[in-house]
Amino acid sequence: MINNIPIDYYIWLSATLFTIGVMGVLYRRNAIIIFMCIELMLNAVNLLMVAFSSYLNDASGQVFVFFIMAVAAAEVAVGLAILVLMYRNTKTIDINVLNRLKW
Amino acid sequence: MVGIDFLVSFVPLFPLLGFIFIALNTRRFTEGFTSFVACGSVLASFIVSVVLFIHLAGLTADERSIHITLFNWISAGNFSASISFLIDPLSSLMLLIITGVGFLIHVYSIGYMHDDDGYNRFFSYLNLFVFFMLMLVMGANYLVMFIGWEGVGLCSYLLIGFWFKNQDYNDAANKAFIMNRIGDLGMLLGIILIFMNFGSIEYLQVFPQTSSIDTSIITLITVLLFIGAMGKSAQIPLYTWLPDAMAGPTPVSALIHAATMVTAGVYMVARNNLLYSLAPVAMELIVIVGLATALFAATIALTQNDIKKVLAYSTVSQLGLMFVALGLGSFTGGIFHMATHAFFKALLFLGAGSVIHALHHEQDIRNMGGLKKYLPVTYLTFLIGVLAISGLPPFAGFFSKDEILAAAFASNKIVWAVALLASMLTAFYMFRLFFLTFLGTTRASQNTLDHVHESPQSITLPLIVLAVLSAIGGFMGIPEALGGSHWLGDFLAPVFAQSKGHVEAHALTHSTEYMLMGGVVVLTLIIIVYAYSRYVSKNHVPVEEGQITSPLQRTLYNKYYVDEIYDSIVVKPLYWLSQQFYSVVEKSGIDRLVNSSGRGLESGSKFARLIQTGRVGYYIFVMVVGIALLLGYASLT
Repeated sequence: MINNIPIDYYIWLSATLFTIGVMGVLYRRNAIIIFMCIELMLNAVNLLMVAFSSYLNDASGQVFVFFIMAVAAAEVAVGLAILVLMYRNTKTIDINVLNRLKW
Repeated sequence: MVGIDFLVSFVPLFPLLGFIFIALNTRRFTEGFTSFVACGSVLASFIVSVVLFIHLAGLTADERSIHITLFNWISAGNFSASISFLIDPLSSLMLLIITGVGFLIHVYSIGYMHDDDGYNRFFSYLNLFVFFMLMLVMGANYLVMFIGWEGVGLCSYLLIGFWFKNQDYNDAANKAFIMNRIGDLGMLLGIILIFMNFGSIEYLQVFPQTSSIDTSIITLITVLLFIGAMGKSAQIPLYTWLPDAMAGPTPVSALIHAATMVTAGVYMVARNNLLYSLAPVAMELIVIVGLATALFAATIALTQNDIKKVLAYSTVSQLGLMFVALGLGSFTGGIFHMATHAFFKALLFLGAGSVIHALHHEQDIRNMGGLKKYLPVTYLTFLIGVLAISGLPPFAGFFSKDEILAAAFASNKIVWAVALLASMLTAFYMFRLFFLTFLGTTRASQNTLDHVHESPQSITLPLIVLAVLSAIGGFMGIPEALGGSHWLGDFLAPVFAQSKGHVEAHALTHSTEYMLMGGVVVLTLIIIVYAYSRYVSKNHVPVEEGQITSPLQRTLYNKYYVDEIYDSIVVKPLYWLSQQFYSVVEKSGIDRLVNSSGRGLESGSKFARLIQTGRVGYYIFVMVVGIALLLGYASLT
């Protein structure tokens, strides 16, 4: 059933999702939203991997997806912790306020 | 003969252990214990050497050689070097001299260095020296010899600068070390050439191949090796370090700078007698250099007033005579004179040390005189030493010097005349030294005389033993003309057997030899009488430096200004050159390059750091653009 959908569709969907993620990272100033956009990019890639895995009858793509999900979960834990600390210190999560990382 | 082979490696082992043991405990050991260990280790080596010597002497001429390999040391490509020892009559004789005289000087040092702050350090250096000297003469290949060669140079440096708080002594040590380094470079090049042409550095593999090698290469090798000998054995032009080396304690002057180390060059040439006998040009060079040195140093010694300086120049002169013998192909004569010289020169130095010790570090003979009644033992033994070096029968120097003069007479009359002149001068300045020190009126201050005392037994005993050796040492080589059989010549024969064929043998008739001996003895006696009348009867005392009027005497007193000449043509230009290197290459070259590269980075980064704005959004933007560019580039190619 799922094989009836051509691979092109998946590619377009993933590319769209990924571009939305990139744009979100670039345009938004809210750190949590940037974070979510990064997740969006990761999942766009995951989707593409699963699609190719099924298309090529090769399970290793799906294995990679599991790895990525596990790593992403860990990354979220660390990232959110950083955000919490950031909020506690600056009372904001606007990334433009964090401009002291220079010279 | 497993037992004998086994013994060989013990000879250098004892002094090495002694050195390590003392050096690790310099702050802990008492003087008594240190002297026990140091003297004991050398005595043990001496005993083993005697056993080896007796064993060798008992064998027939062809069998007199023990070759043992301890282990393979370096192996790279077709080069291999092992730590191996060769005991043959030549090295066996050297072993006896080094450990025997070395032991006596160790004993002497107990008294001489008593209460010195560096007592333990001194003995550790002395043991180390004996070890390296043994390596030098025992090595069965050029590399082991070179290790010893460099090692004794190091010990010489350490011991000349033993009282390192005096900057003059340090300068003397540096001078000795640097002069030796010049010679050692020649030596090293010679060894490299040997390896390139012979494919090996083992004596036993090099010597059989000599006939197949081109003469010009052998000449080059032997001249390079001789340059090494010039440095170590203080020949012109590299001799100036030896008189300065008298800055070291007197036992050091006796052991290193008279009896053993400086004869390393003689040993080396004798060891390579086969190579040298195939290179007549090198042999001539040796004769010329040796002769020039013998005469040159003897004339300088005439005017020196420091008791040790006179002996130092005398050593240089005697070494010159040994090289004359070697260069004339009389290898036995050279080695014979080296052996007797080791006895009487060690004796003279130790006697001088005894005088210096008794007079509380007074070394100027103008402040001595009439010491005969204060130092009877030193007086008698010193007299024997002076008689021996002057070549009066039956003392040791007579036989060895006679052999050299006979060889010179047989091959070249001019060489003979100059050598004779040098040895006559030797007799004169040695008796001048002796008369000014021990006879005549006392010129020392009353304060000094009140404290003069004969040296302790540890000093006088070695003097007596060496005096006996100086008196009878010549009997090991009585020439046939005097009804002897030249035992030493027979013993050493296998070492020099192969070169015999290449060197023209000169035989003198017995009547000629008698004439030579008689003439030399009579001349020597005349000179002694002259010296006696000048320095004892007329009580002539050398004047102060400022009062010397004759230009010749002033030139001699100032040692022909050789030090000054070297200073102006070598040392000063080198300093100038290094100053130029410092100011041009270092300061305006390297320093400027380093500083300007640092400064360039600094000013560049002043602008580059502005890229880092601190805005997270900007960073992300740059990152995305960068990745996009990379991906675009990757998809293009």
